[in-house]
Amino acid sequence: MRARDAILKRLRERADGPLSAPDSDFAVVTNRGWSAEERLARFEHWITSVHGEVIHTPHETWTDTLTKVLADKGMRRLALGKQHSVAVEARRALAGAEVELVDVDRDIETWQREQFESVDAGLTSTRGAIAETGSLWLWPTPDEPRLISLVPPIHIAVLDADTLEDTFFDVVKAHGWAGGMPTNALLISGPSKTADIEQTLAYGVHGPRALVVLVRHATTQAEGA
Amino acid sequence: MSLQSHDVRPQGVQTYTPREFHHQAHDALGNPQIRANFRKAMDGLMTKRRDSFADWDLETLRELGANIRLRALAKLPDLLEQLEANCEANGIRVHWAEDGEQACRIIREICESHDARSVVKGKSMVTEEMHLNAYLEQAGIEALESDLGEYLVQLNEQTPSHIIMPAIHLNTDEISEILHDKTGTERTRDVDTMTAAARQQLRERFMAADVGVSGVNFAVAETGTLCLVENEGNGRMTTTVPPVHIAVTGIEKVVEQLRDVPPLYALLTRSATGQHVTTYFNMISSPRKEGEHDGPKEVHLVLVDSGRSRIYQDDELLDTLRCIRCGACMNHCPVYTRVGGHSYGTTYPGPIGSILSPHLMGLEETKDLPTASSLCGACGEVCPVKIPIPDLLVRLRRESVGEGRGNVPGAGVKRTRKEAAAWKGFQWLATHPAVWRAGTSVPGKLRALMPAKLGVWTDYRTAPKPAGTTLHALVKRHQASKSHQPNNKSHEEEP
Repeated sequence: MRARDAILKRLRERADGPLSAPDSDFAVVTNRGWSAEERLARFEHWITSVHGEVIHTPHETWTDTLTKVLADKGMRRLALGKQHSVAVEARRALAGAEVELVDVDRDIETWQREQFESVDAGLTSTRGAIAETGSLWLWPTPDEPRLISLVPPIHIAVLDADTLEDTFFDVVKAHGWAGGMPTNALLISGPSKTADIEQTLAYGVHGPRALVVLVRHATTQAEGA
Repeated sequence: MSLQSHDVRPQGVQTYTPREFHHQAHDALGNPQIRANFRKAMDGLMTKRRDSFADWDLETLRELGANIRLRALAKLPDLLEQLEANCEANGIRVHWAEDGEQACRIIREICESHDARSVVKGKSMVTEEMHLNAYLEQAGIEALESDLGEYLVQLNEQTPSHIIMPAIHLNTDEISEILHDKTGTERTRDVDTMTAAARQQLRERFMAADVGVSGVNFAVAETGTLCLVENEGNGRMTTTVPPVHIAVTGIEKVVEQLRDVPPLYALLTRSATGQHVTTYFNMISSPRKEGEHDGPKEVHLVLVDSGRSRIYQDDELLDTLRCIRCGACMNHCPVYTRVGGHSYGTTYPGPIGSILSPHLMGLEETKDLPTASSLCGACGEVCPVKIPIPDLLVRLRRESVGEGRGNVPGAGVKRTRKEAAAWKGFQWLATHPAVWRAGTSVPGKLRALMPAKLGVWTDYRTAPKPAGTTLHALVKRHQASKSHQPNNKSHEEEP
């Protein structure tokens, strides 16, 4: 406690006297006023500019799209949750498919090496996305833990087009993040990358080498399956 | 408070010191490889930064960034207490350290309480500042850097040469050679192959690590949240895979509210590398909760002072603490671009390093750094939080010769009696016009006595000769002749 008190005392007894705190005007990071089309176009522009793949799909047939993506990419083992509707629908659709489904509702200690070495892809839901930067936002849960969007070589994220918002500031404000943060909140904008070797971009340095975003579009009548 | 960092640098690591700035800069200037690497990288980064702000009202955004940081500093002691209270409420244990040595000890004790033998690190400049790796090594704990650039630099037994791009001084062939020598990776010029090899090597280490150590980009007082900005995913690995996570940060990194984060993040990524966003923005607010299946079971936050509360005392120097560590000042500095990061011999190179290091290490060690600038002003113009870096460089130059307020350790170290007397003499001359005029006319009158040989100067040049008539006299004569011409407009017509 001695260091703490000494540091705080020095800060409180500032030699040049107390400082006054200015107010901040946040207008420059909000009020974009984009239409839904503009939002989607911007999101897609930015996330694809950093190697993210965007695949549009009608909401009711999204699992067909997922099945096709998995087949195209030769994915054999897919890690996914059990409770989120994304996981429930995916599990139902993939029940008879070639792909082996890997449960993630177990403590990492019990299957760390398996997750690191023999899972081809992780499937997660998203809470929304940010148009200005092409970012997905995720709050990992016990059903969809933190590492399934990081450890497998491919991350497949499901995004509902109508959850797109303009800016990060807008998301933080609209969803009351300050009122209660989860253990881990994430923005993900593309696959893992580095430019540490002579400024040359390389993907998949520690995290996934590919990020596939399945953007689900609601059709006029029924929303959801 | 001890200013000298505890000396734990291991023998093997190639060391640079700020005392040797001139020699190191001289060597770097003579190394075409270093010059080419930095020049290419910095030119690219300047263009990318400019392009990334193209659609923005950059001045307003910088104004907001500066304003947020200033507000945080104005409330600093309260915010630190609030951060501590909220972190503790979330289950994050908070520790305070007066200096790097204390911080190292705290980290070692946490490691020892878990019988940790292996630590994996995300990028953290403050742990570089306190030489944590070497300290842990001495305690028998291996510390491995996981950021690809830091990993390469560590393999090569060096220190980072840029705060965002640690291995910027190495080119592809050199990196291939390092990976081959140290890890047995086959030589290749293919960056993807090298990256894949490092991925494999480091994944083993993540799985085996007992403790993960990371830095913090922003610590949010309002929610007790630690924010980490990164592209590679090593930061997420470091803070998620090992059973214990220790985050280390300087006390100035706190911000008041969560809404303060988006503007700073927008400024940081674009200023640093010209990216519109990084791959990951990782916000950690607690250890693994009941029912969760991954993430560390313990999270610690170590708040390090190390001279920061001393900087805090002085109204002008305070601006130094606004820094969000983007490195834009380096990328735009004509001196840094030419001499490279290692020449400075400090954890933080370039303009920000030159205004920060004297406080961390004392002016005895760093007296040359504030002069490692042409005062062109580029650093101040690009700083996302509007730190008046050139003014602070001048302030530190004054401090180093004992002409400041004495608020910097080692103030006055560069003062010599001779120089002080010379300037005093000049001051007297310059404020006594009659003496000045008499004095300045002497060289012109004695111009015939100028020697033809002046040491090395005249090996390749002719000796300069003072003019017979001074410039002042010439101008006076010219003006007198102009004012006789009736049609000529002279500035005296203006009111």
